[in-house]
Amino acid sequence: MLNEEDRRITGTFSVNGRSRSWSFSPEATLLHVLRDHGHTEVKNGCEEGECGACLVLLDGKPVPSCQVFAATARDREITTVRALGTIHAPHPIQEAFVEVGAVQCGFCTPGIVLATAALLRENPNPSDEDIIHALDGQKCRCTGYVKIIEAVRLAARRGRHE
Amino acid sequence: MSEFQVVGHSVTKYDALALATGEARFTDDFPHEGFLELALLWSSHAHAEIVSLDTSEAEGVPGVVAIFSAANVPRVLYTSAGQGAPEPSPYDMVLFDTTVRHVGDRVALVAAESLAAAREAVGKIRVEWKPLPPLFDAEAARDEGAPKLHGGDHHAPLPVPYDPGHNLAASVSFDFGDREGAFDRATRVEEHEYRVQYASHCALEPHAALASFDERGRLVLVSSTQVPFHARRITARVLQIPTGMVRVIKPRIGGGFGGKQEVLIEPLVALAAWRTKRPCRLVLSREEVFVSGRTRHPVRLRLRTGADPRGNLTALDLDALMGAGAYGPHALTVLSMVGGKTLPLFNKIPAMRFQGNSVYTNLPVGGAYRGYGATQGFFALNQQIDMHAREAGEDVISWIKRQTIRAGETSPVFKALGEGKEGVDQIVRSCALEACLDRGAEAIGWKEKRGRRLCPTPDTVRGVGVAVAMQGSAIPSIDLASVSLKMNEDGSFNLLAGAADLGTGADTALGQIVAEVLTVPTEKIVVLSGDTDVTPFDVGAYASSTTYLSGKAAEKAARDVASQILAVGARMLEVPREELTLAAGRVCHAPSGRSVSLEEVACDALYARDQHQIQASASHVAPESPPPFLAQFAEVEVDRRTGHLRVIKFVSAVDCGQPIHPALAEGQVEGAALNGIGYALWEEYRFDGQGRLTNPNFWDYKIPGVRDLPEMVTILVPSSEPSGPFGAKSVSEIGINGPGPAIANAFFDATGVRLFDQPFTPEKVLRALREAGGS
Repeated sequence: MLNEEDRRITGTFSVNGRSRSWSFSPEATLLHVLRDHGHTEVKNGCEEGECGACLVLLDGKPVPSCQVFAATARDREITTVRALGTIHAPHPIQEAFVEVGAVQCGFCTPGIVLATAALLRENPNPSDEDIIHALDGQKCRCTGYVKIIEAVRLAARRGRHE
Repeated sequence: MSEFQVVGHSVTKYDALALATGEARFTDDFPHEGFLELALLWSSHAHAEIVSLDTSEAEGVPGVVAIFSAANVPRVLYTSAGQGAPEPSPYDMVLFDTTVRHVGDRVALVAAESLAAAREAVGKIRVEWKPLPPLFDAEAARDEGAPKLHGGDHHAPLPVPYDPGHNLAASVSFDFGDREGAFDRATRVEEHEYRVQYASHCALEPHAALASFDERGRLVLVSSTQVPFHARRITARVLQIPTGMVRVIKPRIGGGFGGKQEVLIEPLVALAAWRTKRPCRLVLSREEVFVSGRTRHPVRLRLRTGADPRGNLTALDLDALMGAGAYGPHALTVLSMVGGKTLPLFNKIPAMRFQGNSVYTNLPVGGAYRGYGATQGFFALNQQIDMHAREAGEDVISWIKRQTIRAGETSPVFKALGEGKEGVDQIVRSCALEACLDRGAEAIGWKEKRGRRLCPTPDTVRGVGVAVAMQGSAIPSIDLASVSLKMNEDGSFNLLAGAADLGTGADTALGQIVAEVLTVPTEKIVVLSGDTDVTPFDVGAYASSTTYLSGKAAEKAARDVASQILAVGARMLEVPREELTLAAGRVCHAPSGRSVSLEEVACDALYARDQHQIQASASHVAPESPPPFLAQFAEVEVDRRTGHLRVIKFVSAVDCGQPIHPALAEGQVEGAALNGIGYALWEEYRFDGQGRLTNPNFWDYKIPGVRDLPEMVTILVPSSEPSGPFGAKSVSEIGINGPGPAIANAFFDATGVRLFDQPFTPEKVLRALREAGGS
């Protein structure tokens, strides 16, 4: 049997606009490869594709990265929440979450912020049902979602008036 | 509007932006290159002896560095409950035992160069088991012939009831008044049995811990804990090393809800690191959290109540049987609070008895869970008062107002039930329950909807129900919080707090309290919390304590610093100190109109005359535990064909004293309410005949998603608690106590049928409707 090092494969990924070349084991998920290479903004909540904490955009589409083999994400565009903003230059969606008090423990927040970004890019004027549909895969145990929905509404409103 | 400048305003939560950008670090986000990876072998048996454990094949897996089990780990009895010392929980566990007591009990720990190697080695450990008869039924636990789980040297470190010979992890009772006489004279007696179930906290961040060494060879733990100081003490004790050799750092925590008030995995990473002299990492999988983490204790409640012709309760008898699971962390204290945090609310009842037993079973281990027994107790109490009010022909809201505690009153229960010792006598000094009831009723549309049985379709019917609750604010005369505070050249301040912000925003609330005293914006307060090397002691985040208790310590330290600032200002302005006040970040002399800035004061003290650091530390222990109060209202719709019970609207009206940060306080209530709705409707542990959990994942154990959110209204009803910082009481737990009974009462309002057994799944709802006939 081959040892772990010999079994590793390599791949090139475009992560937040930067080309990255990484080696990883064939069964590694995108979640683990991203986290192993410093992308700790992608959180691991369940590894079952159910909580949404590990959400990334793959070619612009939201996917739970724990359900994607890294091998299948080679040569594709991966966007994490880090691409949106930083504490020095936050994205308006991030500002809206902070402003209305939608961030409690914050473990789910990067995934929910990304899901919101994907929604508002497709649909700048979402109805409440659109918001619920977009956040359906994102779990939060702290907030009861009330202020999260409020934050998405606020971000949408501001986006339209920009 | 708030009468304060900073308190009562929803200022920016300190860590919110870094969390929203993903830059804030949780435990597993800290670098761990070169760490050994740990994996556990869990018991697949509910009750068995380990006859032999063969690790030879596992040790041959390339990359395996060490394997720990009962064979090579000293046997130190302890409890994993993160409580003060000595703990009111029995010492009934060791790190690795030769008997396993539930599926998911620890058998062995592997440390390896990679997680893959560690897991492969776990699979190659050969165990020869001798199965023992399992005990799954709490009702049978005290029978003479029942399998015994504990004994030998297992003991309670405090003088509390502990009887492993009868599988009793704890028991509690109190009794006052002429109960049987009162029942004899009662015109109506209700007696019912209720059941509340096992549940998981489901904090999105699983338990994680890293162990490494500092340059003196001390152990440094980074851990997702609510109790850094208890984790330090218990870990050091279990490893038999001095407390000073351990540092625990609490980084950002991804929710806890009581699940991380448990010293679960810190001793494991510490053991592996200490023995291998290598840094080690352990992160539990979601399934491991479900089976090996702590849970909501299931309770069977028998409640008997008697009333006079007006419907006033004259006698109450509550018997609680709690399933502690395989070990007893919090078995006594949660049990006590089934009565202790519920019965004082009904302080007009002249005769009362509460008896509780907490029994071992070969099932998952109970622990602290938001609500802490009150959730279980209020499930029964709120349904029974709904019955009595209906029988008396009175609206339940006016009934509750007449029969519940008010400001200026007390209850004998406060003294009767403490946490491991006698409780404390206290007079409730703030209570806005009446206003909570009125404002909540208005928001739900009580008058328009109660008893109307509106039918939006031929198969569906609606109803509304109410539940009331209280909690506490810290454990009186037991919990200690402390902080230190120092002033910098620019008029900013460092607050070092032992408290553990687990995602609630506690750091921000403490910063607000200090900022209010010092008349500066919260940006001027730099808060660092929960690092045992850096901050003073605090028991940690549990028992709804941080805002009330740590907040008071912060207020005391800030007042001390303020007085030192005025002393320096008096010297600088050459005026008597009594003529000076702090306002808008300046020391002001009103008679002359002169002032100096905080920057000038700090620089004068640090560099000019009578040089000293303006600084203070303060501790706080509260002699009382002022309860927050709340009324929660549910409007439900029942599909009589399918048994589907849906919450349409949910209103929480809460008296938490002066809210320090209204948006965060609302967030606590909203999160607790939705957690409670999930618990009422579907969250439960399901076991097979061998005691295995059949739904240990988020697909089969659903937590509420955004689609499950009813129309949610949260009202903070103003009051002011004299003993709290700026009038504050607690708010973090209480909101989970009402959803179950409010929904059950709403279901009765819609159908005339009672639901005694949570969760209210469609199967149970249909069965209840059919058994009642009709519908």
